[in-house]
Amino acid sequence: MGSARLYAAVASGGFRRYATYRVATAAGVFTNTVFGLILVYAYLALWDERPHLGGYDQAQAVTYVWLGQALFATLAIQGGGFETELMERIRTGEVAVDLYRPADLQLWWLASDMGRALFQLLGRGVIPFVFGALFFPTALPDDPVIWLALLVSILLAMVVSYGIRFLVALSGFWLLDGTGALQVLMVTGVFFSGMALPLNAFPQPLGDLVTLLPWSALLQMPADVLMGRVAPLSAFAFQAGWAVVLLAVGRWVQGAATRRVVVQGG
Amino acid sequence: MWIRSTLAYRVSFVLTVLGGLLVTGLDFVAILLMFSQVDVLGGYTLPEVAFLYGVSATSFGFADLAIGSAGRLGTRVRDGTLDTLLVRPAPVLAQVAADRFALRRVARIAQGVLVLGYACAALDVVWTPVRLLLVPVMMLCGGLIFSAVFVAGAAFQFVAQDAAEVQSAFTFGGQTLLQYPPTVFGRELVRGVTFVLPLAFVNWVPGSYVLGRPYPLGLPEWAVFAPPLVAAVCCAAAGVAWRAGLRTYRSTGS
Repeated sequence: MGSARLYAAVASGGFRRYATYRVATAAGVFTNTVFGLILVYAYLALWDERPHLGGYDQAQAVTYVWLGQALFATLAIQGGGFETELMERIRTGEVAVDLYRPADLQLWWLASDMGRALFQLLGRGVIPFVFGALFFPTALPDDPVIWLALLVSILLAMVVSYGIRFLVALSGFWLLDGTGALQVLMVTGVFFSGMALPLNAFPQPLGDLVTLLPWSALLQMPADVLMGRVAPLSAFAFQAGWAVVLLAVGRWVQGAATRRVVVQGG
Repeated sequence: MWIRSTLAYRVSFVLTVLGGLLVTGLDFVAILLMFSQVDVLGGYTLPEVAFLYGVSATSFGFADLAIGSAGRLGTRVRDGTLDTLLVRPAPVLAQVAADRFALRRVARIAQGVLVLGYACAALDVVWTPVRLLLVPVMMLCGGLIFSAVFVAGAAFQFVAQDAAEVQSAFTFGGQTLLQYPPTVFGRELVRGVTFVLPLAFVNWVPGSYVLGRPYPLGLPEWAVFAPPLVAAVCCAAAGVAWRAGLRTYRSTGS
């Protein structure tokens, strides 16, 4: 039980850390709202030209945009969570201190990142979403069970997002300089998560391929759960499957990485 | 100095530029994906949207290269390192711009020029001398307008240090906005970026002349040649804002 308390404390620390910067949070809300506005108009024009593109009607496309803006910071789709910090710790060797702690590296950062994600969902995600729902025609369900399913789906998406970024961060043990890896993270994140364009609107056969990749667990799955286009249980299974795979690979790579750590210094 | 330090690692530099091409080019890939599903967007064809995109991306690229470093001013204000710049015998704004000058930002310009080149080749317009001349004027004035937004945003960071993201709503957001045709957006939004924050003069307004399309707001005809004037006014306003911001600066510490 003691270790559960430890990780809960780490998670609440992650939450409080991000909650400290109120002005930055307000600025983020503003930015997400502006980008949401731009995307909504672009999508409306697109769906105007091709109604029912990817099986969405206009209201669903609009809902998709605002959910995307709500989850953008939460799931660190472009990066910008714990991974830059962990990479820096690997580069400077401070990670040795982390490894000495009576806590597991992977679980420690998972807890911390879940705290951050929860804060950003509440602090940065809710307001743009409500703004979108108020000023644009959206397709939101009345059934509270769907909303609950959305919440579960978002939580699973957080773990998948962490799994991807943990692997990227661990690449620092071999690459040392993280610039390239972070750039790859950004490109893949924006593109394959459906942030740029919903995955079901991709031309085939590319569309079928990208829906199988782990990134589709980030935004596409929660969106489809919210709009009732997928049975919640099968969405959960897909997301949990990728979460387990990514965490297992992360654990394996972590083992390989820690075996090759050489701490410098006297 | 920053250029030399970047070029010291040649392979790394080439890789980051290539990566940058990919990252900044993604916006256009998204547009291409959209056009794989439709023939026109807001009544504009792919070459026309590519033209708007190309001008927007290149102008923004010039501004980002010249003064993009100003986005980090808030950090300097917060930790007090701006003092170092104040005591040096050179204009603070020039130092802020040169700070961590990132040559890799040429990637954004490069991909913008590529898309613009494609657009100009594919566009179905008669290239009169006036139209031909207007394109470089658009890029230059657009670069100045975006630079003014960067400087004004930096000035705002004197007041709200943590609010750097507000600036990206106007800079990166503005660039994203201008990639799409004006016909896509709500009337109020188009009014706002034409008369309040005149981003529309980067490409929408002069572009309407090049593409031979009416501008949705029905501006007078001479407006298409107004970008130099708008750019001058923007730069002047940004200069005033910058001075006002700098005057309010109080260093941290005891």
